Amino acid sequence: MRDFDFEIVMGLEVHAELHTKSKIFCGCTTEFGGEQNTHVCPVCLGLPGVLPVLNEKVADYAMKAGLALNCKIASFSKFDRKNYFYPDLPKAYQISQFDLPIASGGYIDIEIEGKKKRIGITRVHMEEDAGKLVHGGGSLAYAGYSLADYNRTGVPLIEIVSEPDIRSIEEAIAYLDLLKAILEYTEVSDCKMEQGSLRCDANVSLRPWGQKELGTKTELKNMNSFKALQKALEYEIERQAEVLREGGKIIQETRMWDENKGETISLRSKEEAHDYRYFPDPDLPPIIISEEWVERIRQTLPELPQARQIRLVESYGLPSYDASVITGSKAMADYFDQACSAYGIALPAGQSTDDKGKERAKQISNYMMGELSRRLNASDQGYQDSPITPENLVELLTLIEGGTISGKIAKTVFDEMFESGKKPKQIVEEKGLVQISDEGAIAAVVSEVVAKNPQVVADFKAGKDKAVGFFVGQVMKATRGKANPGLVNKLLMEELKKQ
Amino acid sequence: MALTKEEVQHVAKLARLELSEDEVDKYTVQLNAILEYARKLEALDTTNVPPTAHAFPLQNVMREDKVTASMAQEKVVSNAPDEEDGFFKVPRIV
Repeated sequence: MRDFDFEIVMGLEVHAELHTKSKIFCGCTTEFGGEQNTHVCPVCLGLPGVLPVLNEKVADYAMKAGLALNCKIASFSKFDRKNYFYPDLPKAYQISQFDLPIASGGYIDIEIEGKKKRIGITRVHMEEDAGKLVHGGGSLAYAGYSLADYNRTGVPLIEIVSEPDIRSIEEAIAYLDLLKAILEYTEVSDCKMEQGSLRCDANVSLRPWGQKELGTKTELKNMNSFKALQKALEYEIERQAEVLREGGKIIQETRMWDENKGETISLRSKEEAHDYRYFPDPDLPPIIISEEWVERIRQTLPELPQARQIRLVESYGLPSYDASVITGSKAMADYFDQACSAYGIALPAGQSTDDKGKERAKQISNYMMGELSRRLNASDQGYQDSPITPENLVELLTLIEGGTISGKIAKTVFDEMFESGKKPKQIVEEKGLVQISDEGAIAAVVSEVVAKNPQVVADFKAGKDKAVGFFVGQVMKATRGKANPGLVNKLLMEELKKQ
Repeated sequence: MALTKEEVQHVAKLARLELSEDEVDKYTVQLNAILEYARKLEALDTTNVPPTAHAFPLQNVMREDKVTASMAQEKVVSNAPDEEDGFFKVPRIV
């Protein structure tokens, strides 16, 4: 990566909303949306005299995420108040964790062009989310006033801080991608970026190649999609490079990605901003975590994305590209495993299926990665709400495998399944799509077609290969695509030889 | 090491307090007296004492993940200095 005159050094801070029913310190619902200021109570509004009490699921989930990210779990952890004034924070402090986070010292291994790279996880800590500000008078910069909705205030978050190990935009995307998959697999967060349940900040600095000391960094906020992360990093890296090339200095500051303008904008410089005067929250007693508790959570860890990817390659002989795409989302991987069960080829880890099973697995994979993903994307749906269930997809594949329908007819059936959610057998029966495999019936059509076209028979005899294609097309047309293509070919060649 | 006037001004700014010159002088003296008093603790040997985060012998106080009723919107905004359509109306920021 010497095609750029600076070495890029980045770390990501990812906030994930935990998938609990109630908020972190009170019983208000965490449900997304809702009319403004209807999911709030005296505790999350920070009214005087209230007592926040920790939701036990928050500690469980934070621990589960920590374990999935190969972290050490603290035996003693506590909450602290982070003090700052901002209208999305009704208490004027956020309950967070400062020096004793619940988990620290982990890593995940990303893959870049087939090579593994380890990205360190500095820490995972628990905190409460802030409210939402709606800005009057259009965009943020021109707003005359702001409107505060505190429904999101107190929704549990974990913040996952990486080490400054990331060296390219590609690595940053791969890291966020894998982190998101891990959080989805562990089911601690639904990771819906479009609803803000997964948010990403980035610390970015540049230094001349070979220099040991880190350059001055800026912190980028407000990147709410993978595309935004990519564009914001591209912009910020180029901005910093230009400043440095002209002999200027980078100012340590927080910058916000403005999606509409396509640039990062300075929000505040660090000197005035980073004096949060943390102190232990006296309302919340510390958390003492026993080995038994950690073990209990460890037992709930599912098979993680990378282990699952390896299993799909080893058990079903899938190409590793297929396996990586399928395991990239938990819903897609679950769909694949359910389809394998329905097809009778599911295996426990460590075992490998025979050639027949591998062929079936590849058929499932082909349909998923091709037609099914295309249709789901086009209708903005995920695998969890696919109109075609894994069982119905397998029924379709069984119909093709058994010769009941041709591959061509299968496409028609597939479209109908996606539209109506009906079972393929029913569609085939209703529309009379069963493949004709009756030799007598096909032979009759073949001889009729041949008899009608003496000129093409002459072409065939003169050695024109196209003639065969013409006859196959005519037979298919006469049978509305239902004739078994193998039989058509065989009987046609027999008939032509007789001429 | 005594607290300087600049540090008092900085702390006041963080707490959104507007202090006059006289007040800064007065509080610099008073805050230094408080710090001096607290500094007596430094005489103790705390080599083997872990930092204390909480004074009460309580731990792992938690609640079940259960949803309870929230407040009615009109009650929520009844304390707001300014309100619009069920939102708290606040001065523009940034």
